[in-house]
Amino acid sequence: MSTSTQRLGPNGKPVRPFVMPDTLSGKLKVWRFIIYRRIVQFTVLLLFLGSVHWGWSVFDKPLLVGTLSSSEFLGVIPMADPFAVLQMFFTGHVLNAEVVIGALIILGFYAILGGRTFCSWVCPINPVTDLAAWLRKRLGFGPACNLNRNTRMIVLALALVLSAITGVAAFEWISPISMLHRELIFGIGLGLTAVLGIFLFDLFIVRNGWCGHICPLGAFYSVVGRVAGLLQVHFDGPTCTHCGECAKVCPEPQVLNLKKAAATGRVEPGDCTNCGRCIPVCPEDTLHFDWRPLLKNKTQTTEATDRRAA
Amino acid sequence: MGGAVAPPMQRNMTDKSRRDFLQKSAQGMAVAATGGLIWSFLVRQEAKANPAAIRPPGALVEADFNATCIKCGQCVRACPYDTLDLATAGQDIPIGTPYFFPRDIPCYMCPDIPCKVACPTGALRADLSDIADSRMGLAVIDMENCLSWQGLRCEVCHRECPLRDKAIGIETHPRQISKHAMFVPIVHSDACTGCGICEKACPTEKAAIRVVPAELVQGKIGEHYRLGWKIDTPITQEFKPADDRPAAQDDAAPGEAPGLDYLNEGSF
Repeated sequence: MSTSTQRLGPNGKPVRPFVMPDTLSGKLKVWRFIIYRRIVQFTVLLLFLGSVHWGWSVFDKPLLVGTLSSSEFLGVIPMADPFAVLQMFFTGHVLNAEVVIGALIILGFYAILGGRTFCSWVCPINPVTDLAAWLRKRLGFGPACNLNRNTRMIVLALALVLSAITGVAAFEWISPISMLHRELIFGIGLGLTAVLGIFLFDLFIVRNGWCGHICPLGAFYSVVGRVAGLLQVHFDGPTCTHCGECAKVCPEPQVLNLKKAAATGRVEPGDCTNCGRCIPVCPEDTLHFDWRPLLKNKTQTTEATDRRAA
Repeated sequence: MGGAVAPPMQRNMTDKSRRDFLQKSAQGMAVAATGGLIWSFLVRQEAKANPAAIRPPGALVEADFNATCIKCGQCVRACPYDTLDLATAGQDIPIGTPYFFPRDIPCYMCPDIPCKVACPTGALRADLSDIADSRMGLAVIDMENCLSWQGLRCEVCHRECPLRDKAIGIETHPRQISKHAMFVPIVHSDACTGCGICEKACPTEKAAIRVVPAELVQGKIGEHYRLGWKIDTPITQEFKPADDRPAAQDDAAPGEAPGLDYLNEGSF
């Protein structure tokens, strides 16, 4: 590359592209968050499977019984999908305290971890849509139609309105997420056709179509994350050359508004799923995971200076 | 404030953008409404009570059960007999909800009701304390195929019934012109829990006694039939339950003619 064509970033440094390392260890380092996510997704599924089918238990207490909709950890700690419980609340039915407490526990958990952390790290649909996105990129499909990313907010609102009208939790009754997870644990049925539908939709019709545009559960967690997400991707503004490598791999690129990120010192919370794809591809090491400095009193600028000095 | 009139050019622009906005929002709402209609159709279709679904003990009535069951499968895991299953998509039982086929594995009526204890939402009533009070369904007998009703000494359902003589009794029944009576099983709905142990035990090729949701098969006589030989309330000419009738008027003035009903009064 000749120096005459070398672009300069807003910070005056040359814009370098991301280069995939040749060595396996280098590649693994780039893929590390994908590997971690698959491990976590698989482990969660395995814990459910093992507890239901192979009697996994600790101190004679079943480890994790139920599904992602609602479960019990070690026979005492209830957990429940807060969005499912919210829909059931909209049907006008009074639920037992156990499931409500469970929903609050999970809500608190993802409020701390960043709302949509569920999407990339736990949701069983994520590997499916990730595969579709990867295949779509390899096959080079362009968009077949445009869909507003806020569609999911309308779907979220519809889920609640329809729950009130039909008298059953409207999304839970058609949710491919619950279907896939439930059928993986309790026996395969036609739910997998819904998953195939999502795969084909993501592959041929809209890039990141399901997770990025339609899924109301993702929309629900993005609202949670906007309010309270504590784990976020830190953005070290002065080092950024606006090379755009992060946006290329991001499934929700609207969160990478670099101007805003430079001002706030973090990638915009809410839609960000904390998948960590952007972190290893950044040639300038501008991005990394960080706890939102709720407990620290340090300002973003001093933090950035500290980092540069280090 | 005076009416600040925008220059014509700008007004046209705002008109256009307003029209655009209104059009876009109308379109958006139409799409959302259409989607909502299809969605609610799907949900209603799916949630339509399957007439044959037998639910775990303590299940609320079907509509409430469908609304409150979170489809987590904790009841399925809690059942020590592997009786329960969650419906998969495409099955004709509402998706994800627990059910059982008594002919495969019936409910063995655990006294501690572990499925109900496991239910986090209350779709299986938390206040069900005695398993004998549960109403999963009602056993009905197909007399044309029941061995006992053919005059054979079967009575397996009666002997297997966990509430023997309460839920299933044996009565004698004349056998045409023979002097030997038939011993026939009779189900009593006031005690039958619908556990399905009888259906499981029935020796015929296809069960001649089956559990079905009570509302599918159970009729209702109606309040106005007074079966005098069965009830202890006095029979009157007013077809009303005793506590609905006005209190007897004892304060009639002496010498006055008694009511029209005096013929029925015991003192006559």
